[in-house]
Amino acid sequence: MLVEKKKKRETEVPMASLADIAFLLLIFFLVTTTIDVDRGIGLTLPAKGEETEVRTKNISNLLINATGEVLIDDEIISIQDISRVVREKLIENPQLILSVKTDRLTKYEHYVQALDQLKIAKATRISIAEPEK
Amino acid sequence: MKFEGKQKAKPGIPLSSLPDIVFLLLIFFMVSSVFKEFSGIPVILPDAKRIEKLAGKRDVAYMWVSKQGDIFVDDRPVSTGQVSTIMLAKARDAKHPLKLVSLKIDKGAEMGIVTDVHEALRNADAPGALNVNYSAKPAL
Repeated sequence: MLVEKKKKRETEVPMASLADIAFLLLIFFLVTTTIDVDRGIGLTLPAKGEETEVRTKNISNLLINATGEVLIDDEIISIQDISRVVREKLIENPQLILSVKTDRLTKYEHYVQALDQLKIAKATRISIAEPEK
Repeated sequence: MKFEGKQKAKPGIPLSSLPDIVFLLLIFFMVSSVFKEFSGIPVILPDAKRIEKLAGKRDVAYMWVSKQGDIFVDDRPVSTGQVSTIMLAKARDAKHPLKLVSLKIDKGAEMGIVTDVHEALRNADAPGALNVNYSAKPAL
């Protein structure tokens, strides 16, 4: 009799709280997930010893000084005007390489803005020149 | 009579399928979530219009440069000289070889230190370290 009683007892996992547990886990993952992806301006640096000589007519120097003034081919322009000027230059010469040269004291913000402007002008050949020491 | 019949139909949302839906959402978030590995240092990122998303999150090395010019790689302060060694070690990692370096540089930082970082990355002699991404906020 005793053995029979034990056999009759049903073993069951309580399913009612399953949804609650799932909800709890869901909320945890919702909170911890970082939706915002990292975004920025992509650039490929040249490998070491890959410096090449370019003909001077195919290169445009873009100088940014410490106060954020831009000099492109001996012409002073503002950062916002870079895209317009560069676009005109690229129509004239699609092979043009933009050489960005900065001062050691130039603010990084100005450099990124200048790069952004070059990207807007669809310049693909961008060169980063070392600042003069 | 016709009207009464219509009124008797009880409006209700089927709740029996709710756990299934919740589980589906749960699995989606479990699979898609990538935990932040490093919190970094607080930097004010510059604004830019033409920004692109980072390709993969797992093969990226994060580098922070503060306004004062302090460099941090994976939450550890490093000197410019150490950057090359660290990047080379990351590139040789068999599981997740380095493909991209995300540079989170304060907008007030000076270009001198940025150039030093460029040089260090080039000295690392690893193809992955040459792909850089200057982190920026989308400009309004």
